[in-house]
Amino acid sequence: MKKRLFCALLLGLPAYAGAAEPKVSEHILKNGLKVLVQEDHRSPVVVSQVWYKVGSSYEPGGITGISHMLEHMMFKGTDKLKPGEFSRIIAENGGEENAFTGTDYTAYFQTMNASRLAVSFELEADRMRHLHLLPEELKKELEVVTEERRMRTEDNPQAKVGEYFSAAAYTNSPYQHPVIGWPSDIAHYTVEDLNAWYQRWYAPNNATLVVVGDVKTDDVFALAEKYFAELKPSEIKPIKPQTEVPQLGVRRITVKVPAKLPYLAMGYKAPSLATAAEDWEAYALEVLAGVLDGGNSARLSSRLVRGKQIAVSAGAGYSLASRLSSLFELEGTPAEGKKVGDLEAALKKEIAELQKTLIGKEELERIKAQVLANQVYQRDSNFYQAMQLGMFETVGLGWPKVDEYVKRIQQVTAEQVRDVAKKYLVEDHLTVAYLEPQPINEPAVHKGDK
Amino acid sequence: MRNSLWGLFLLAVSQAVWSSVNIEHWQTAQGSRVFFVHTEGLPIADIVIDFDAGSARDGKQAGLAALTSNVLDTGAGQWNADRIAERFESVGAQFETGISSDTASVTLRTLTEKPLFDKAVETLHVILTKPTFSEADFQREKKRTLAGLKMREESPGDLADIAFSKALYGEHPYAHPETGLIETVATLKAADLRAFYRQYYVAANAVVVLVGNLSREQAEATVAALLKDLPAGQKAAPLPDVAMPGRATSQYTAYPSTQTHVLVGLPGIDRKDPDFFSLFVGNHILGGSGLVSKLFEEIREKRGLAYSAYSGFKPMQKKGPFVLGLQTRNDQTGEALKVLNRTLADFIAKGPTEAELTAAKKNITGGFPMRFDTNKKLANYVAMIGFYDLPLDYLDTFTQKVDAVTVASIVDAFKRHVDLNLLQTVTVGGDAQAKSGQ
Repeated sequence: MKKRLFCALLLGLPAYAGAAEPKVSEHILKNGLKVLVQEDHRSPVVVSQVWYKVGSSYEPGGITGISHMLEHMMFKGTDKLKPGEFSRIIAENGGEENAFTGTDYTAYFQTMNASRLAVSFELEADRMRHLHLLPEELKKELEVVTEERRMRTEDNPQAKVGEYFSAAAYTNSPYQHPVIGWPSDIAHYTVEDLNAWYQRWYAPNNATLVVVGDVKTDDVFALAEKYFAELKPSEIKPIKPQTEVPQLGVRRITVKVPAKLPYLAMGYKAPSLATAAEDWEAYALEVLAGVLDGGNSARLSSRLVRGKQIAVSAGAGYSLASRLSSLFELEGTPAEGKKVGDLEAALKKEIAELQKTLIGKEELERIKAQVLANQVYQRDSNFYQAMQLGMFETVGLGWPKVDEYVKRIQQVTAEQVRDVAKKYLVEDHLTVAYLEPQPINEPAVHKGDK
Repeated sequence: MRNSLWGLFLLAVSQAVWSSVNIEHWQTAQGSRVFFVHTEGLPIADIVIDFDAGSARDGKQAGLAALTSNVLDTGAGQWNADRIAERFESVGAQFETGISSDTASVTLRTLTEKPLFDKAVETLHVILTKPTFSEADFQREKKRTLAGLKMREESPGDLADIAFSKALYGEHPYAHPETGLIETVATLKAADLRAFYRQYYVAANAVVVLVGNLSREQAEATVAALLKDLPAGQKAAPLPDVAMPGRATSQYTAYPSTQTHVLVGLPGIDRKDPDFFSLFVGNHILGGSGLVSKLFEEIREKRGLAYSAYSGFKPMQKKGPFVLGLQTRNDQTGEALKVLNRTLADFIAKGPTEAELTAAKKNITGGFPMRFDTNKKLANYVAMIGFYDLPLDYLDTFTQKVDAVTVASIVDAFKRHVDLNLLQTVTVGGDAQAKSGQ
């Protein structure tokens, strides 16, 4: 049954595709701006995203988080527009918009009725080269970002563990600092810092424009020429490699914060698709993460949460699309009466088994079936598809790797999964963080009429 | 810049054509109401089954609906949790259960390729009709739930939500958190879940939504296969009406966090309230429109007091909450609360300007197709229409009703629904200075 189903999937996919087969077209402007378009005519909408090759991993010490701060300031006015006007124009045109920053990218997006694409292009082209950084706006926005940090990290025990964990796991890789930045760095950004960062990285030849939706490819290319062609390119100096030095033994940290439950985070040094000696290793690591955490039938849920009941939750994760080598991560919360040490031992036992015994055929096919199906489901969302293209392009893999993904996952063998487990999930390359809960004083409640 | 954009806007408006959504509706012999939308382009189907079995049906056993929903897929027919998960995942199907105050939802996303689709649907059918609620599964999921409830206590935001619901709803079924309370969940037994399931997971209490690349015949056959052997049962009795709070109160909970979470509000409207569109558009201007609302402008853009500042109505079977919220550094709580209350009071006194109203309408009607531009969003929207018994042309008349809203209708609706003398204020955060400064 399993086997037949899988064949059905493989055979079925090309058959469904037909007219809806997603096709990406690329056009590069003379100034270096790369434009990617994928048509999808199911709904009269379009998503437009501008991706810059800059993020927290580009930042030197002292100004960590400045990519994210600049992302906030990009809404604060240009030579032509007053602070906030960008957002008002998008809103009046029925658009939704926002932006996000990661270790390897800063991206801006609008989702709009497809007929308004020109509005998005005109505004994005303007702020790509003509941002107007005002000291009084920076002063207020610094407070906003500080509040954002308090909300995301300071008052969230597990997020706090994550921050200390990354800082411990990496010796010299820029992945060691948080995307939002360290507090004292945030407090001391100046307009000059931000302006220098903007001038250094915001240029058409350091950006990718991705458009997915109810558009005609040639019209989008023409529109991109109209609004972006006049922007001058910059000389973008390549970033230094900052290759992480080898880890020479296990690292352990404890984080004591007010909390109710203990928590465990573990990470083994692992290459990304961009840094792996051979491509297949990254795809095999992706499948390995699926064996452990690819759904409710995967090993962590089945064996640790349900079977042994050592954890109330447990997860594994690997990020194939990153610019630098990163971590194969495991995390979890022990069940009542169990300790983080018990959970760590149980997770390591699962890893040892993966290194010793080949995963079963059905298990491997189940993971591949999910990857195949997900590929179809993802086509339901223009936004997600644009995200994939923008991210692969921006971390240096190139967007065609998005199309290759399913095929390469299908080729992964049980032996390869075992081999990457043996090669990368080794004790000397491991970092472990324990959250040791500190008492929270019983909340005192004060009630009153107003 | 503005001129050229304005030109584009006019051009685009004259060309705008809204795609309409054709919702097909029928009722099964056992009384389930079915809503179906045929879509093309992708070989997928989304199925949503909403039972009127949310936390408002908990009675004194807060957490009963949530735990029933959690245990549902851990054993059914001959299968244990592993087999069930393997059956779905081997065909790439995605299955979830979840609850809100009003609903218990069971959702399935699957490919429509026949053998894959049939296996997913058969699995769902057995979960719906033959869940086992074994003692071992129950005990394990109860422990996991209790751990989750404990963890909630390390989040000042969650603590504020809990206090806020209690302040608004007192003894009403909407008063307790959807996931329950430690003391009530601790006393639940597997038999309680079985009884809850038998009463509420019945055909007459179900709304079934299918969105995807299926024909009408396939949709009908799928519904029949899914609900076969599900007893007709009875539709849940109407929930009690919400009594408005007698007076304004404010409540501060000390918590060792760097920020104070602030929530202000009162019971708002039910889903069928005739003032819905005036309140929805008005709130869009006040605090519902992300980066351009009045609250966002006053709290964040002008003063840098918070990362997020918002307001919203959540219409439910009975009056759902109207809430304004923000989080700010502890020592700024008084100032932030003052700005929030003043912004609300000004808005109620004067309403929006004509220019603000026009801008909001352009945003809402211009962005209307984005509310259901994926099958998944469409399925959830149709489920809302079905569950709350809204007219089938709800989506077709939506922009028209938004356009009919006036400054006067907003002012009038807000005055009647948001009585400043009844506002409930909840703050949770660090330091004595965080006490709500009024």
